[in-house]
Amino acid sequence: MAEEVKLFGGMWASLYSRRIEIALKMTGVQFEFIEEDLQNKSPLLLQYNSIHKKVPVLLHNGMPIAESLIILEYINETWPDNPILPRDPYDRAMARFWARFIDEKLIWVSWDAYRSKEEDQGKAIEEACKQLKALENELKEKEFFGGDTVGYLDIAAIMVASWFGVMQEVMKVELLTEENFPNLCQWVEKFVDCPIVKECLPHKEKMVEFIRVLLKDFLASR
Amino acid sequence: MADEIVLLSYWPSMFGMRVRVALAEKGLKYEYREEDLRNKSPLLLMMNPVHKKIPVLIHNGKPISESMIIVEYIDEVWNHKSPLLPTDPYQRAQARFWADYVDKKLFDIGKKIIWSTKGEEETGKKEFIECLKLLEGELGDNPYFGGENFGFVDVSLVTFSCWFHTYESYGNFSIETECPKLVAWTKRCLEKESVSSSLADPHKIHDFASGMRKRLGIE
Repeated sequence: MAEEVKLFGGMWASLYSRRIEIALKMTGVQFEFIEEDLQNKSPLLLQYNSIHKKVPVLLHNGMPIAESLIILEYINETWPDNPILPRDPYDRAMARFWARFIDEKLIWVSWDAYRSKEEDQGKAIEEACKQLKALENELKEKEFFGGDTVGYLDIAAIMVASWFGVMQEVMKVELLTEENFPNLCQWVEKFVDCPIVKECLPHKEKMVEFIRVLLKDFLASR
Repeated sequence: MADEIVLLSYWPSMFGMRVRVALAEKGLKYEYREEDLRNKSPLLLMMNPVHKKIPVLIHNGKPISESMIIVEYIDEVWNHKSPLLPTDPYQRAQARFWADYVDKKLFDIGKKIIWSTKGEEETGKKEFIECLKLLEGELGDNPYFGGENFGFVDVSLVTFSCWFHTYESYGNFSIETECPKLVAWTKRCLEKESVSSSLADPHKIHDFASGMRKRLGIE
């Protein structure tokens, strides 16, 4: 039976959806991308992810899977010829730990640092740098988090590769600098240069413009 | 070489109890070390420098943090008995989704009922009941969330059950009235030695919460 793979995702700037696009392209699986208007979600999306009502949602032969990190695990297990997770259980646990760290801690403390008022900013930046340092130490001098090739954690870290650079320009606050985080900055360069990632990742300038418009009221009030 | 397993935990933590349940399901011997969260040990700070939280499992000297990541690790390494995750990738994704739902929702919403200083108890109670009803719906007529067998989602949720009495007391509601099937499920789980030996006594939890509330000036 022919496989039917559909990805319900956000428009080009939606990074969580890009994670899944990258992973699917890495496996070589043919899929249909269905763009959702997040201001006007389709009945299908609301049916397939009735709990969180969010993108991305992967639909495989009519069966929906939601939450980007869970979808990445599903892709890893369903199309095992090109595994994105390490084989060793301890390494897998570490990859899962750091992916959750990025989603549940790093992004939020960094967002705090970017948007803090001047009087609170010093402390917020210090905290964000502390967390970035942890990730820098985890990467060490490996080419990718996955070792020689892009893996689950690299894909999860798309937020670091894209969002930080954009926010730095929009908010004029420096966090991810080459001086402080040489390993991470080198990783960003290598990651965004991978052919599949290049295909999926939004152009920085386009993102900067988009985020500037999105945050125009916030920026005006500062 | 025998495996060396150490668990750093805190007795009232439903997250720490999850690891105990998983270790018991696999019949594993381990050293339990109780942490004082107001005075964290150098070992905890070294083994989980990022979050400085319990539980931490230390397996042959290597630390793993985050309770459901630990549970999944235990399930993968000791796969000789009591599998917690199913083998089918889609079923696994569904199990991960619901465990993640418990993680994202239950603890934070539950906090509003017990620890709120901002009059959030009623909203907290309403949201909490909604979450439990959703989970009850997911259970359906199965004996466990894992179907016929106790599994990953059961581990993620059952440890909250020793806190039910405390939520009910401060929220002034009955979980059994709202979600009878779910309470029946908790009783079914407690018949398992791995669960009954790992969960804290609900009355001790209530005393603990009462003590904390007094210290926080809520009671």
